[in-house]
Order: sequence, then structure tokens, then C-alpha cells
Amino acid sequence: MRLPITAWASIAHRASGVFLFAGIGVLLWALDVSLSSQSGFDSLTVSLSHPLFKAVLWVVVSALIYHSLAGIKHLINDTGVGETMAGGILGVRIVLAVSIVLILLAGAWIW
Amino acid sequence: MVTSTATMGRSGLYDWFVQRVSAVILLAYFLVCVGWMLVNNGFGYTAWTALFSQTWMRVFSLLALISLAGHAWVGLWVVFTDYLTERMLGPAGKVLRVLAETISAIIMVIYFIWGIKILWGL
Repeated sequence: MRLPITAWASIAHRASGVFLFAGIGVLLWALDVSLSSQSGFDSLTVSLSHPLFKAVLWVVVSALIYHSLAGIKHLINDTGVGETMAGGILGVRIVLAVSIVLILLAGAWIW
Repeated sequence: MVTSTATMGRSGLYDWFVQRVSAVILLAYFLVCVGWMLVNNGFGYTAWTALFSQTWMRVFSLLALISLAGHAWVGLWVVFTDYLTERMLGPAGKVLRVLAETISAIIMVIYFIWGIKILWGL
């Protein structure tokens, strides 16, 4: 499909939101286990040393980062800033650039 | 005014407002949690439970949980009513949409009760 970059950003904002609805379940589970007891906390620490768990966490955190930044862009647009086509494209480029940087930093932190 | 049974506040303006207020609260919560983890890098069980046993953190977490419920409801409603429609899917669209809304509402209630249990079950 030939769509402008702003459309893809909007679709990604929605997709990441739907994905996060499931991702929240993973985060709640981790919070539950980590707060339940010392042994629960330790078992989560062990689990998180597994590459598969790290990958799942990274994907969820990445979705959270993109969804947050796209949301901040939305709030800025609400004030009337960046509502033109050129402004919209610039906004998406900034969101994507900052997302990539933060997602890489999050990856480095998790690993 | 056009109203819908499945919107958060039966009006688009109210939904618009809920979506933004809840978004700001969730963003603040996300930043506080990540900030705390960065400051207390390599934290252990004691520091972690100490954080969540404080009243302000429990209230903040509850606020985030309430915001999550509102935010997810409005967000999913927007997505479902755009894609799970009669126009997109034929007569099955309506059934699928109501089904998706119902299932996500049930999951949201489970998240909410689970979250309260985690926060106050310490």
C-alpha cells in the first residue's frame, strides 16, 4: 500500500497500543512475581537472564517507547503545532529518530 | 448529539479528554518507574518492596491502573470501531466488534483486580 509516512506512523501507534494491551499482562505478571517474595524476585532475576525473556521485555518496552513518543507528538499537535502536511512529516521523523535511539538504549540496558 | 453505548463517556469530546489525561498520568508513571530503576541500578528485593509499600507509590500505581483502564478502553474502542465493522467484514463485523469489546473489557477488569491485589496484597 502506498501511504504517506504519517499514515504508517498512525497505524503503528494503534498497533503498538493494541500490542501493549497484551504487554501490560507481562509487566503485571513481572510486578506480581517480583513483589511476592524474595524467592519470587530471585526467580524473576534468573528468568530475565534468559535471552528469550530479555527479547520479550525489549519488545514490550520498545512498543511502550514508540507509543509514548507518538502520544507526546499527538499532544503537541493538539496545541496547534505541526498540523500542516510538512509539519506532520517532520513530527513523525522526529518521533521515529528519538524512538530508535531510546529503543537501542533500552536494549543496551536490558542486555 | 450522536451517542454510542460503547464509548467511555457516551461522547467523543469526553473520550478525547479521558484519552489525554490518562496518557499524561501513564507517561508520568512510566518515567518515574524507569527513573527509579536507573537511579537504583541493580536494586534488590528489599528496595523494590520498600518502593511499592509507600503510600504515594500505591496511590500513584492505582491512579496509573485506573488511567490504563480508561486509556485502553477508549483506544481499543477507536481501533475496533474502525476495523471490525460491517463495511469491512460484512454482517460478521458487528458480532466480532461486540465480541472484541466484551473480551477486552473482561481482560481490563482482570488487570485492574490483579493490580489491586499486587499493590495491597503485600
